[in-house]
Amino acid sequence: MIIDLPATTTSQVNSKLVHLREQGGANTIGRVLTLVIVTDDSEKTEDVIDAANYASREHPCRVIVVARGAKKASPRLDAQIRVGGDAGASEVIVLRLYGPLAGEGASCVIPLLLPDAPVVAWWPFEAPASPAKDPIGKLATRRITDSAADRNPPKALEVRAKGYEPGDTDLAWTRLTLWRALLSAALDLPPYEKVTAATVSGEADSPSAELLAAWLSARLRLPAKRVKAKSGQGIVSVVLERKSGNIEIHRPDGSIGTLSQPNQPDRRVALGRRAVRDCIAEELRRLDPDEIYDGALKALNKVDRGRTAAPRKKAEAPKKVKAGTTT
Amino acid sequence: MSPTRFQNPLRDPRDKRLPRIAGPCGLVIFGVTGDLSRKKLMPAIYDLANRGLLPPGFSLVGFARRDWADEDFGQVVHDAVKEHARTPFRQEVWDRLAEGCRFVQGSFDDDQAFDNLAKCVKELDDVRGTAGNHAFYLSIPPAAFTKVIQQLARTGLAAPVNNEWRRVVIEKPFGHDLASAKQLNKTVNEVFPEESVFRIDHYLGKETVQNIMAIRFANQLFEPIWNSNYVDHVQITMAEDIGLGGRAGYYDGIGAARDVIQNHLLQLLALTAMEEPVSFNPESVRAEKAKILAATRPVRPFEDSTARGQYTGGWQGGQKVPGLVQEGGFAKDSITETYAAIELAVDTRRWAGVPFYLRTGKRLGRRVTEIAVVFKRAPHLPFDDTSTEELGQNALVFRVQPDEGVTMRFGSKVPGSTMEVRDVNMDFSYGHSFTESSPEAYERLILDVLLGEPSLFPKNDEVELSWEILDPILKNWATHGKPDPYPAGTWGPESADRMLARTGRHWRRP
Repeated sequence: MIIDLPATTTSQVNSKLVHLREQGGANTIGRVLTLVIVTDDSEKTEDVIDAANYASREHPCRVIVVARGAKKASPRLDAQIRVGGDAGASEVIVLRLYGPLAGEGASCVIPLLLPDAPVVAWWPFEAPASPAKDPIGKLATRRITDSAADRNPPKALEVRAKGYEPGDTDLAWTRLTLWRALLSAALDLPPYEKVTAATVSGEADSPSAELLAAWLSARLRLPAKRVKAKSGQGIVSVVLERKSGNIEIHRPDGSIGTLSQPNQPDRRVALGRRAVRDCIAEELRRLDPDEIYDGALKALNKVDRGRTAAPRKKAEAPKKVKAGTTT
Repeated sequence: MSPTRFQNPLRDPRDKRLPRIAGPCGLVIFGVTGDLSRKKLMPAIYDLANRGLLPPGFSLVGFARRDWADEDFGQVVHDAVKEHARTPFRQEVWDRLAEGCRFVQGSFDDDQAFDNLAKCVKELDDVRGTAGNHAFYLSIPPAAFTKVIQQLARTGLAAPVNNEWRRVVIEKPFGHDLASAKQLNKTVNEVFPEESVFRIDHYLGKETVQNIMAIRFANQLFEPIWNSNYVDHVQITMAEDIGLGGRAGYYDGIGAARDVIQNHLLQLLALTAMEEPVSFNPESVRAEKAKILAATRPVRPFEDSTARGQYTGGWQGGQKVPGLVQEGGFAKDSITETYAAIELAVDTRRWAGVPFYLRTGKRLGRRVTEIAVVFKRAPHLPFDDTSTEELGQNALVFRVQPDEGVTMRFGSKVPGSTMEVRDVNMDFSYGHSFTESSPEAYERLILDVLLGEPSLFPKNDEVELSWEILDPILKNWATHGKPDPYPAGTWGPESADRMLARTGRHWRRP
C-alpha cells in the first residue's frame, strides 16, 4: 500500500502511521532499527529503496528516505508511506524536501525515529566528508557510505580515512568479505608459515582493491603491493607469498575465482561481485564499530603502489617466476 | 589441531564479519536416495555454498543401491536444490557444486562398492583437493549402522593420517533402550573416536532452541525467577498432526516415547533446566547438560504419572483419517503408543518440587513444538476475587516451531470503569524481528560437522543418561496395560488430562 501525503508535516506522517497500525495490524511492531537513506531525488532513488527492502527481510526496519529535491524552490515536504507488499518487511517513509528544507533533513527525521532502536544512516552515492559530523550522521550509531559509487572512488576513500569515526563503514569494505574469508581460511591450514609478500591487483579506481591491500598490509605487517590490472572488474587477483609457495586467488571474469596453493589442485569458487542489497544486509547485521575497517583505512598509506623504485624491483623477481608457473 | 604457536595473522576476534569457512573437505552421504537427504541435506548444502561457507573444491559423494552415473546423481541433487533450497538458485554457485558431485553404487555388504568408494574419495583428494578430510553422513536405518561403520574401517576410510580428519554423522534413533544404545556407542566408538562422532538432533540446530540459552543467560529479566521459588511447572510439547501411514517399518514397536522424548524432548529439558555454563565452549555446555540429565528421574507411580495413547480414526482438519491399526503395516492389535506423556523431577536445589511434563504425539490438534514455563500465582492479590476470576498463571513460552518466537502471558486490566484483570499475550516473533533469512537447522549442523564444532551435538553420555531416565517407564509400560485410544485431531487421551488434574494443573492448549 502506498499513501501519498503531499505538502505535509512530520506530525501528520506520524499520526498516519499510528492510524495505519491500528487499522492494518502489526505493521510497526517488532522493528529492530531505523535506516535513514540520504540521497538526491533522482530516478536512482527507487533502486536504493529496493535494496533497503531486501535487507529488511533479515532485519525488519523502518526505512526513512530523505530525498533532497530542488534547492531553488519554496520550502515544502512531500511524504509517502509504503507498507505491506510495497515495502518488503519494512515500512518505508519517503520524504522529499524542497527549497531551504532540503538542507535540514535531520529536523524531519528526528520525529520519525523508532524509540530506543538503533539508527543507521546510509549515503548510497555522494557522502559528506565526515559522516559523523553530518546532522543526520550525528543521529546514527552506524554510518554507511559507498566509495565505489562516488565520482572519484580513490579520492573518496582517502576522505573516509581522514574523517573516520567509530561507527563508520563503507560498502567497498563489505564487498571484500568473501575475499577476506577465503584468504583467512587458506591461512588457517598448514603449513603455518609467515607470509613474506602480498600483491593485490585490480581496476585502477577500485576502492575495494585498495582496502584489501591496506588490510593485508595492516594484518601481515608488510607493505602489500597494489598493481593495476589490465582487464577485469574490481579486484582481479591476490597473491600471498610464502616460503613453500604462493596462495593465489584469481578472478579474471568478475564471477568465478580460482584458488591455487602449492601441491594442491586448483579449486574454483563462486566469487561474484556482491549486489548492493547483499552488502546492506551484511552491514545491518552488526551495529558496533568495525575496528578492523579502521585498521585497514589507517594502513592505506602503507600500501606499496609502485611509486617508489626500490621495493618494486625486489618484489618483482619472485612474481615473474610465479607468473610462469601458473599460466 | 593447529600448533598453538601459530596465529593466523588475518584472523582477529574483533573481525565479526569473517565467516568461518570449513577447510578443504568432502561429504559422503549414505542413503542418498532417501527423503531426508533430498528434502533437507542437499538443499542445506547448496544454501551453505550459496552463502560462501563451503570450501572451494567441496565434494559431495552419494552412496546408494541405484544404478546411477555421476550426472544422474547431479541431476537429482539439482532438482532437490531447486525445489527445496532456501536461498535463490544461482547458476555459478550450482556449477561449482556440481563439479564435485560423485556417485558410488552398491549395497552395504558389498566389499567392492566400498573399495570403489575409497577410490573415489582418494581421487577427490587429488582432483578436487579435499585433502583427506571427509565426513560420512549415515542417513540409513540403524540396522545398517554396524555394517557401514565396519566397511569404513575395513577400507581405511575411517582412519585419517597426519592432519586429516574423518567424521561420522548419525541420525536418531540412538538405540531403543540403554543396553542397545551402549552397544551402538561401542560399535561406533571402536572405529571413530567420540570427538569424531556427530549425533544429529536437528532440534538443536534450530535458532529458537539456541535462543533458549541466549534468553536465559544474556538477560537479567528471566534468570532470577528461573527456579522453584517462582516456577510452578514446565510443559514441553511436541505435537504433530500427521499420522504414521507408510512408517510402520520404523515406528511399530518403537513408539512415541523412544522416537521423540528420549532425544528431542529431553534435550529441550536439559537446555531449559541446566545451570549457566562457565563458558560457551562445547565441553562446558555439554557438561551442564549432562549434569541436569543425571539429576533427572521419572516420577512414580507410573500409573498416575504417565499416560500413553494410540490414535483412532476420525475427522481431522476436514479429512477422514484412519486410526493407527488401520494404517498399512501395523498389526491389528498393535500396542505401539502414538502419544506419550511423562512427568519428570529434576533433583537439584533450583528445581526441587517443580514437575516437568513432557508430551508428544501424532495426529494431534496441530503441528507445534513449544516449551512453556508456567509460573506460580502471585502470593497475594489485593483485588476482589471477582476481579481476578479470569486471571490465569503467568507463563513464558518458547515457540520452537512453527511461528518461532517467545510468548509472555500475564494479567492486564480490562478497559472500563471496574477493576477486572484478564490474561494477555506479549509476543516476540522471529518472523517479525528477523524475518525469513534465519538458516535451516541442517545448514547449521552440517557446517558445524565440517568445522568440527561439536556444541550442538549430544555426546554418548547424554544419550545414555536419557535412556536411563526413560528405561523404567518403558519397562513398566511393556508389562502393564496398553495405550488409551484418542480420536485423531484431539489433544490426546483423557488419561493425560487426569495425569495433570491429579495435582490441580492442566495442559496448555498450544
